[in-house]
Formats: sequence, structure tokens, C-alpha cells
Amino acid sequence: MSYKPPTKDRRLAKVVLPVSRRGLMKAGLGASAGLLLPRMGATALAQTKYPALGTFPAGVGDKSVFIGGVMPLTGPYSASGKDMQLGFELAVEHLNKGSRVTEQIPTLKKGNGVLGKTIQFQVADSQTKPDPAVEAATRFIRDNKAVMLTGTVNSAVSIALEKLGQREHVIVMIGNSGSNDTTGKDCQRYGFRAQPSAYMAAKALAPVLAKELGKDKKAAYLVPDYTYGHSVYDSMKQFTEQAGWKTVGQQLVPLGTSDFSSYLLNIGNSGADVFVNVAFGADATASTKQAQQFGILSKMKYVVPNISQFQAKELGAAIMGGTYGTQAWWWTEEDTYPLAKSFVEDFEKKNNYKPRWGASEVYIQMLVWADAVERAGTFYPIEVIKALEAGHKVNSIYGEVYYRGDDHQMVRPVPVMVGKKPSEMKGPEDFFQVLELVPGEQVLPPIAETGCKMPPIES
Amino acid sequence: MPTLAQFLSQAFNGVALGSLLALIASGLSIILGTLGVLNFAHGAMFMLGSYTAFVVLGHSDSFGLALLLGALVLMIVGLATERGLIRFYYSRPKEDQILVTFGLGIMIVEAVRYLFGGLSQPVPLPSWGQGIVNLGFFLYPLYRVEVIGIVAALLLAFYLLLYRTRIGLVVRAGIEDPLMVELLGTHVRRMFMIVFTIGAMAAGIAGVIYAPLAAVIPNMGEPFLVECFVVIVIGGLGSFPGAVVGGILVGEILSLTTLFDPAYAQAAIYAAMTLVLLIRPRGLFGAMGRA
Repeated sequence: MSYKPPTKDRRLAKVVLPVSRRGLMKAGLGASAGLLLPRMGATALAQTKYPALGTFPAGVGDKSVFIGGVMPLTGPYSASGKDMQLGFELAVEHLNKGSRVTEQIPTLKKGNGVLGKTIQFQVADSQTKPDPAVEAATRFIRDNKAVMLTGTVNSAVSIALEKLGQREHVIVMIGNSGSNDTTGKDCQRYGFRAQPSAYMAAKALAPVLAKELGKDKKAAYLVPDYTYGHSVYDSMKQFTEQAGWKTVGQQLVPLGTSDFSSYLLNIGNSGADVFVNVAFGADATASTKQAQQFGILSKMKYVVPNISQFQAKELGAAIMGGTYGTQAWWWTEEDTYPLAKSFVEDFEKKNNYKPRWGASEVYIQMLVWADAVERAGTFYPIEVIKALEAGHKVNSIYGEVYYRGDDHQMVRPVPVMVGKKPSEMKGPEDFFQVLELVPGEQVLPPIAETGCKMPPIES
Repeated sequence: MPTLAQFLSQAFNGVALGSLLALIASGLSIILGTLGVLNFAHGAMFMLGSYTAFVVLGHSDSFGLALLLGALVLMIVGLATERGLIRFYYSRPKEDQILVTFGLGIMIVEAVRYLFGGLSQPVPLPSWGQGIVNLGFFLYPLYRVEVIGIVAALLLAFYLLLYRTRIGLVVRAGIEDPLMVELLGTHVRRMFMIVFTIGAMAAGIAGVIYAPLAAVIPNMGEPFLVECFVVIVIGGLGSFPGAVVGGILVGEILSLTTLFDPAYAQAAIYAAMTLVLLIRPRGLFGAMGRA
């Protein structure tokens, strides 16, 4: 038998399966151009004001429009992806049939879809990787003529998708993405991000940390080695050092690591008194579990700048109690925002658990987008973008929110929280106490600092 | 520069990390050496071991029982896979074998996701493995120290099976020259079945042992599979001692590189693999005529 290095075979096996992406893309462009013509007739009467652009007007059917959800249903972020899918489905149901949430938003009161068109949707698996995500999104654009794409967990995937949206002229309402680059150096006219950026989360979190843990702490970081991790590390370092902390170590780990022992030994030896863990999803669960076994969590204070949706549920309050961090949203915000209460109740009735922030993000993105389309009076993407950029405040499950036109970052409160110990919990999912809801305006980066150079709107 | 204490702690951690890789890789390696099949479902079988531990330890406190049932479940899965699938692929091209085991791996992973969901499942440390020990220069979780002992015992048993029994003799002969073994009157196909099952059991046992340390999720085997390929390429395809030495070596490289720059730990094992392929294309313990 001839010798072959097995790793090479593995790559072969992966590449053999899908049709070449470039081929797909070309076919997609050709097909959409071809399909534009015959369907123009049907929609031309209603849409004469605007020229064809992207999937417009081919994607605007007589009775329905299509939205594609690209979510990680497999891979290290699959738990978040599933939560997001359920939030997506609930948003579609609420928009199509009306609900206690949409009733409270003037443009969505009718509860009969968007501009009277029923929303149809599909969910595709991004596998937590940019390539399959772009492939799935391309299929949605080419085959389904999606008028909008949403979903995505992981900043690398989110940025890949908003770039695709920019090129194909399809709006992307981004799901989970914490990297500053998403609305910074990689910002796109067609991409909108609801989650607080790493900068916003760190700026909200650092003063609370200094107040609760002291001003002269030394911090060691575990950092996933891609845009999200780097971004969170940079922002956390900046704002904790401004608050008086020192940074004594940074361990870069690849996404999808299963054994963190060697990195944790270094953190144990770093002389730090705070362990800041930036790992996310299953990586966060594994690294926290192992950090506890290495005695790090009993020796050091534990900070997770961006707490994964199910981290506390997977690890238990005994481990996560006393952990400081932020999430994009926590369900007890229902005590502050009436719409959140309706959202939590409807979600729990359908899915038997409290929605997490992944579900909330796609949900709010769907509603904010629908509101913009209603105000624009058309699905023509440029008008929808203008409506989103107008700074119009929408009553939502995060309170009143709006998009900043310059970088497409949603201006919304950032909840800073601490993990409850088992004895403090009032219910099986009462894992966190929200310490502060920091208003978005207070923590937004100045536009000059974001590095965002927004492509012109007619591009 | 790292201190002596840091160096020693990482060197020790390398052994702990490597011993587990050695156990998973040895199963993968003897299957490859004997059957000539690169089992891409090996990572999924490792994961099945971890889920068995999760189910068993949810009903009982006995870690020994979890190990036993982990081995049993994977024996059944291994047997069924070889009889129901793999044996039809021995005479087919390598690409077909890779695709079929790759597909099987995906099916196992998704079946587990369907049954248990994507959330990480809690697997407690055994009562005798809780706590931290002071190893002179550094503190280390007790269970990870014990794992080194458990894996060493398992590898010794594996060694005795391969080198001190008649089955082992046939297996090793089969790795060297399957045609000659057949000509001498041994039923090679039956041996294939036994080897595949033993390999699957090794993965399952490793999965049980690793479950208390890991996030037990359907995809958990994937990174291990990739690292195990590196291990067997470095150690030599089909070589049991190669898998053991390669496992420890990869563990040490992963661990010691993090002393200097953690970002290069993963890259370093591939660099080591490249180096071995350049200098000794058949791996450290690979001999002419193998796979």
C-alpha cells in the first residue's frame, strides 16, 4: 500500500463534498439575474419607484418574503445556535400573527407580516465556520431570493456574512458577534449589529469590577485566537488598566480547544489575582471546568467579559456563583422592560426554558428590521438601510434602542452582572443578578476610534 | 525565561496530556496498520465513551462501572460497524473508506446531538479523584495524576495483548504482511473484526476517562481526532510503540510550547510532524512494508 499522510486525506474528504464555492457563487449570480426579468412584471406595479438591486424586487413575492437564518447548529457554538433558532422562529411567528410585543410597536401593530407580506424562512447550519456560513447564505440569496439574512454566532462568521451582504446587496442583521471589528474596521453598509461591541462591554464592566474587586488587581487572560478574542482582550485591557488594574498574562488558544491544562498552568503561575476568561461556548465550559479543577477559581476572582448563553446552566451555580461579566441580555431584564416580559413568557411557553441572549438578539433584530421596512414602505435595500440609519428609536425587549448610522452599532443598554450562588437563586434558571444596566450612549466608542469607513450607500 | 518550576509543571502536564492521546491514537493506529482503514469515526467513538460515562454516572457513583460499560458499548458499536459497514470497504479505494468512516462519524455525532442536545453534559469527578495535589514545585489536579496511572495500566494491558498473546502475534504479523498471514492459514478477516473492535474499545475507554475533564458535547472528539493523526504520523502508521511515544511527544510539544508562546502550541505539533516526515517519512517507529 502506498503511504499517504492522513491529515492530507482528511482535507481531501472535506473538499470533495461541496461543489466549489466560486462555482456556486457564479451560478447564483447568473440565476438571480435571469430570474429578475420574468418576475419584474408581477411586482413592477407596486415597486416602480426603485430599480432592481440585490434580491429586490425578485425576492418580494405577491404574498410573502423570505428570510434566511444562518446559525451554528453544530460545532463549539451549537448550543447558542439552537437558542438563536428558537428566537428566530418566535420572531417570525410574532411578526406574521401579531403578539403582545408587536402590539406595542406602532409600525408592527397590524400583525400581518411585513408590509403585508408573510415571512417565510429557513435555517441553515453554519457549523461555526465562515465557509459553510457563506455557502448557506449564498444559497439563500440565490435560490430563495432572501430579502434579509440573520443569525451567526462568532465574529469571524458575522464579518464574512456582512461582507457577502455588502457585495450581494442583501441586508444582514447580525446575531452574536462581540468583536470591535464587526462595526469597526470591517463595518459594512449592509451589516447591522445588535450585540454590544467588546469595547462597550468592557467599558461598562471595568468600573464595576474596580468597585467590587478593588483597584489594584493583576489580571491574567485566556483568549481565543481570532478577531473576537483579540478585540475583547484589547478592550478589557484598556478599560481595566484605566481603572488601575495590571495585565500580567495573555494565553492565546485556538477556537475549539478541548484541553486547556497547559494554558491554565501558566495562568496559575502568572501571579494574577483575577482570571479573565474570554473563551466562549463549549470552550468556555471546558476551560472553566478545568480551571476549577486546577484550583484557579478558588485562588483567583473570576471574570468572564462575555458570558456564554448556557455557561451557568452547564457548569452550575456552585462554579459560576461570584463570576463577574456581561451578557447581551439576561431574562430578568423583564423586571425593567415590559416587552421583555412578554417575550420571555411566549418563548418559555413554546420551548420550556428562559430564552438566552442569542435568542433575544435575533428576535430584536427581526423586529427592528421589520420596523425599518414599514417606515421605508418598501423592501428596496437602500431605503431600508436609510430607515435603519435614521436613529429612529424603537420600543423593544431591550428598552428603547436605535442604530447609530455611522457604524451600524445598536445603541442599547449593557447589562453588567454577577453569578448567584446556589443559595441565592430564586428559581432553577435564576443564575445572575443584573448589577447595572449601563446606557448604550455612555459606553459607545467615538466614531473616530472605531476605524469604521462605511462604504457609500449606493455601492 | 520560564523558571524551573514552570518548566517542570509543563513537562509533567505534557505527560498527562500525552498519555491520553497515546491511548486514543493506539486504537486508531492498530486499525490503520492492520486493516489499512483510516477510521475517521474514531473521534465519534471517543465521544460515545464520554456520553456513556455521563449516562452511567447519572445513575451510579461507580466509575469502574462507567469504564466497564464504556468498553462494552464501544465493543458493540465496533463490532456492528466492522460487520455492517467497514468489511464491505476493504477492497475499495482509500477515498471510499475515508468517506464512509467520515460519514459514519457525522451520523454518530448528530444522533447523539438529537438524543442529548448540544449543551455540555455534566460528568462529575470520581470521589477518589477530587482535590489538588502538591507535586513539590506546583499544584496539580489529583484526577489528572491518577489518569496517568490508569492510562499506563491500560497501555500495558494493550501491550501484553499485542505482544504476549497469540491474537497479538497474528495482529502484528498482519500489520507486517497480511497476505503471508492469510497464506499461512489464518483467517485474516476475523482478525480484522477483532482489531477494529479493540481499537473502538480503546477510544471508548479513553472517552470515559476524559469525560470528567471535558465539555461533554457531541463534537468533542473532533480536535482529538486531528491531534491523533499527528500522533500516528509522528509515531509511525500502525505502530503501537509509535502511538505511545508519539502521544507523549505531542503532549510535551503542546505543553512546553505554551511556556514560550501559547499561540504557537498547535502550530508546533504540525511543525514537528513536518520535520518527522522530512527526516523519517515512515514515522519514528514505522518500518518498511507497513500500511
